[in-house]
Amino acid sequence: MRRFLDAVGDAPRGVRIAGLVALALLAYALPLLNPPIITTPESDFRAVLFTVASYALVALGLNIVLGYAGLLDLGYVGFYAVGAYTVAVFGSLHGNLPFPLLMVLAVCITTASGLLLGAPTLRVRGDYLAIVTLGFGEIIRLVALNSEWLNGARGITGIPRPPSVELFEIPRLTWEGWVAYVDLGDKSVFMKFALLDATPYYWLTLTVIIFVLFADVLLQRSRVGRAWEATREDEEAAELNGVPTFRFKLLAFAMGAFVGGMSGALFASRQGSINPEPFVIQISILFLAAVVIGGQGNRWGAIVGAIVVAYLPERFREASEFRVLIFGLALLVLSNFRPQGLLPPRRRRRVNRETDRKQQMEGGVVHG
Amino acid sequence: MRPTLKFLSPVAAAALLLTACGGTTGGDTETPAPGSSETSATGEGGGGSCDGVKIGFFGALTGDYANLGQNIRNGVELALNEHNAANAECQVELADFDSAGAPDQAPGLATKAIGDDKVLGIVGPAFSGESKVANPLFAEAGLVHITPSATNPALAENGWETFFRVLGNDATQGPGAAKYIKDVLGAKKVVVIDDASEYGKGLADIVREDLGDLVVENDTIQAKQTDFSATVSKVRAAGADAVFFGGYYPEAGLMVKQLRDAGIEATFVTDDGAKDEGLIVAGGEAANGTIITCPCLPPEEAGGTFAQDYEKEFGAPPATYSAEGYDAAKVLLDGIAEGKTEREALLSYVEDYNKDGVTKKLQFDERGEPSEVSVWAYKVENGQIVPDQEINVAS
Amino acid sequence: MSLATFLDLTLSGLVVGAIYALFALGYTLVYGVLRLINFAHSEVFMWGSFAAVWLMMAMGARSGMSIPAAIGFLLLALIAAMAVSGAIALVVEKVAYSRLRHKNAPPLVALISAIGASFVLAEIMGLRDKIAGWVGLDGVLAPYVARARDTTSFPNPLPNVTLFEVADFPVRSNQLIVLFAALIMMVALDQFVRRSRLGRGVRAVSQDPEAAALMGINRDRVIQLTFLLGGLMAGAAALLYLMHIGVTRFNVGFILGIKAFTAAVLGGIGNIRGALLGGLTLGLAENYGSLIFGTEWKDVVAFCLLIVVLLFRPTGLLGESLGKARA
Repeated sequence: MRRFLDAVGDAPRGVRIAGLVALALLAYALPLLNPPIITTPESDFRAVLFTVASYALVALGLNIVLGYAGLLDLGYVGFYAVGAYTVAVFGSLHGNLPFPLLMVLAVCITTASGLLLGAPTLRVRGDYLAIVTLGFGEIIRLVALNSEWLNGARGITGIPRPPSVELFEIPRLTWEGWVAYVDLGDKSVFMKFALLDATPYYWLTLTVIIFVLFADVLLQRSRVGRAWEATREDEEAAELNGVPTFRFKLLAFAMGAFVGGMSGALFASRQGSINPEPFVIQISILFLAAVVIGGQGNRWGAIVGAIVVAYLPERFREASEFRVLIFGLALLVLSNFRPQGLLPPRRRRRVNRETDRKQQMEGGVVHG
Repeated sequence: MRPTLKFLSPVAAAALLLTACGGTTGGDTETPAPGSSETSATGEGGGGSCDGVKIGFFGALTGDYANLGQNIRNGVELALNEHNAANAECQVELADFDSAGAPDQAPGLATKAIGDDKVLGIVGPAFSGESKVANPLFAEAGLVHITPSATNPALAENGWETFFRVLGNDATQGPGAAKYIKDVLGAKKVVVIDDASEYGKGLADIVREDLGDLVVENDTIQAKQTDFSATVSKVRAAGADAVFFGGYYPEAGLMVKQLRDAGIEATFVTDDGAKDEGLIVAGGEAANGTIITCPCLPPEEAGGTFAQDYEKEFGAPPATYSAEGYDAAKVLLDGIAEGKTEREALLSYVEDYNKDGVTKKLQFDERGEPSEVSVWAYKVENGQIVPDQEINVAS
Repeated sequence: MSLATFLDLTLSGLVVGAIYALFALGYTLVYGVLRLINFAHSEVFMWGSFAAVWLMMAMGARSGMSIPAAIGFLLLALIAAMAVSGAIALVVEKVAYSRLRHKNAPPLVALISAIGASFVLAEIMGLRDKIAGWVGLDGVLAPYVARARDTTSFPNPLPNVTLFEVADFPVRSNQLIVLFAALIMMVALDQFVRRSRLGRGVRAVSQDPEAAALMGINRDRVIQLTFLLGGLMAGAAALLYLMHIGVTRFNVGFILGIKAFTAAVLGGIGNIRGALLGGLTLGLAENYGSLIFGTEWKDVVAFCLLIVVLLFRPTGLLGESLGKARA
């Protein structure tokens, strides 16, 4: 595994980019291919793919907060909820703005809420931040639940969908064992956002993920990324070296909120109706688990982690009663035996490799 | 084994598809493709083969609400077994869509049910929350579904042609509860409490409106809350002689226990969401004397041999909504037995249905609501929920 | 607000607050020596509550027993709850923490490990009917494992009577017993940590782990001791919770754990007396807040209080000072 990752990491730039493009194309094709074994027998594969994609987006956002800036946020679901509710409130309940405008509004409001929550709380030290953010996450849910203006537990229905551009139809594959047939009766209309077919939503989310990934790469390599890393590793030293740590922490919080809000907005639009129920603390913990399992600080790790927490339970629905138990065991085993996560950041891998080499050399001296 | 990909020419592929997958979801069945004759024959044939035909159960079978879901599913299963025993040539299967009561899982499951062309009708969704998410999908696909337990009045107001329900909604239960509190208990000071859930708050608001001036204090608790000391002291301060709680059994049981622990003797009235053994487990001796309203018939009042048959099959007496589950399934199965083995045919069959079920005469108005509803009051006596009296809502 | 209502809210707030405080000790003690949030502490509490319920069921406790017998039963239940909670706490330390500690893993990983342990412990209880079925004991154990995901009630043998009335408000025996029992346990723990040799070890490690190690204190042993102490207190809290609320459930620990943790942070995490102050403050604030804003805003009041306190006193009301054990 490690050797493979190193090989990927050290491959020439051209090869890496070609690989990524191929991966992206495969991801886009997944709902059409509906490949056996990978497909979900107990639930609609396209709907599951959308869920996985929206978790991946959330994980990317939380990775900025947790992985880059090292801020333990246990209330991240709050931003997801703010994004979802913005779309619902201004698109259906108290207004009827069109979807593109709603996305912009959702992103603005969640970013603002990130700044608003961050400004007082980020002055609190590391471990305290966990409980304070958890509290904020709960406050957001409880306000949604108990406020008549937000329709309380009844939730909001009739949330607008993205505008459909019906360009052409793409047939899907159906499988009989290992033989694939082109299914002309069950086509996805390219970019027709409807209830039954989640494929366009999945494609939209995937596209957003790719944009976020680009921005993420640029951000991490910039001065901002280095400032985050310095803050995470040693806040006092960073401050002494002239890094305004508070401002960078706040920026991380806002960026995380931005991405989380986007995912929430897409979720609300796909569901068509929302209520406060899905925004409980347990979901924050699930998001957190996605980032840590994947390997905090590595954007690909976050995506892998999201796939683990969102896809596997849907794939193995037949074990649904034992889902949480198995999930708990997986967390326990992974954190104990692979504490750096499934895909640790490249720098961490290099450090590990160095340590290995040093140990080997030391061993060599003894043996030689 | 290596995967092999076979790409066929479009026409041949369509033909193959129709035989292999038995139809399409897009509704373009008019494609006169060679080889599709077999499929169309099953669609038209009266009382013909209903090979592999399924009805679905959509509700919680795992998770915190699994009890309620399982009770309904048992009723469905009983109806199905009776149908299969009586119609040897028309065996119907049951497909489970376990939502765990979570609305965010509902779209995937509903799409799955819609995508399976063998599924002709659904019993469910069991809860109001998941109904809101899943029902528009069913409506779009023209898949008929009959809920045995989702009682939110607003569900019928969406113009979903595929929506039916076999029990009265909260708009009938609420006035029933208010009438009982006013007329039977003769209460003068009532405290109305809800659990902020869509169901509990909706119901409590109707009771509040109907009781008017009799309501001296209101409170809203939260689901999963366990300490009700503030609520208890509000009830004490109000000097109430009756308390109505709109919500589910875990909170209802704890609330009545904590009221009695504090020495408050006001009559505790609650709703069908609390009509479960769990109320007595949580409330213990304090639960005795609790009044429960429910738009459901006592199982022993249910027609025919339902209660005995149920007990023989599952080794326990029917529980809340088992009979409603049975009735909902029966409507669908009667249609299938009459050869309505296409979704469209079954939907119009259900629209015109008019027979006696075990809980009531089953006939639906244009919104999908049952034409005949009854509200019953139940009472907890010696740790058992027993029927008290029927509440005459009409007068 | 009448005087009776005020007394009512104050007393019930103190009772719940004392339970929070006892529960919070586990978070505070572990945080003091490890600087980690023991997320699985909520399950330690939950297992203790089931131990008490099951023992009562096995002994056939019911209301209407003689008072001495009832007190005897409750003491036995207290011992059972404390023993099981203590044992579970040690298991959590072994399974979720000790390996990671020896690897020097980052604190977040330990948190995830504890979350995993918490899910596993809760689900084992929530699936106890299935698990008993695998080993063929579901028939024999039916009363103990039935309705595994639902509430299980605690048969309290002690009658709850009105002791005296103050301004028309009846003071009930149960409330006073719970309140005083919790306070006694907390004082006992405080004295233990302040005065005993083992307690000095705990304080030494939380003050300066390296110096403590140089002085010959076995850090692993001390960490195990703090988990055990936290577990014992959670077990006691579980029994008092059952006496006050009357039921338990496989997921009862989650929300209560968050409250207890909030109480610990409010008072100053790592500080035993802080946990007491934080717990009582939280219990009172919740009750008064419920009356003023409505019960639906109870949790919002609790979290807002926490945030405001942390803004003005970033280390809680009394500050982090398990080491000094001074107020």
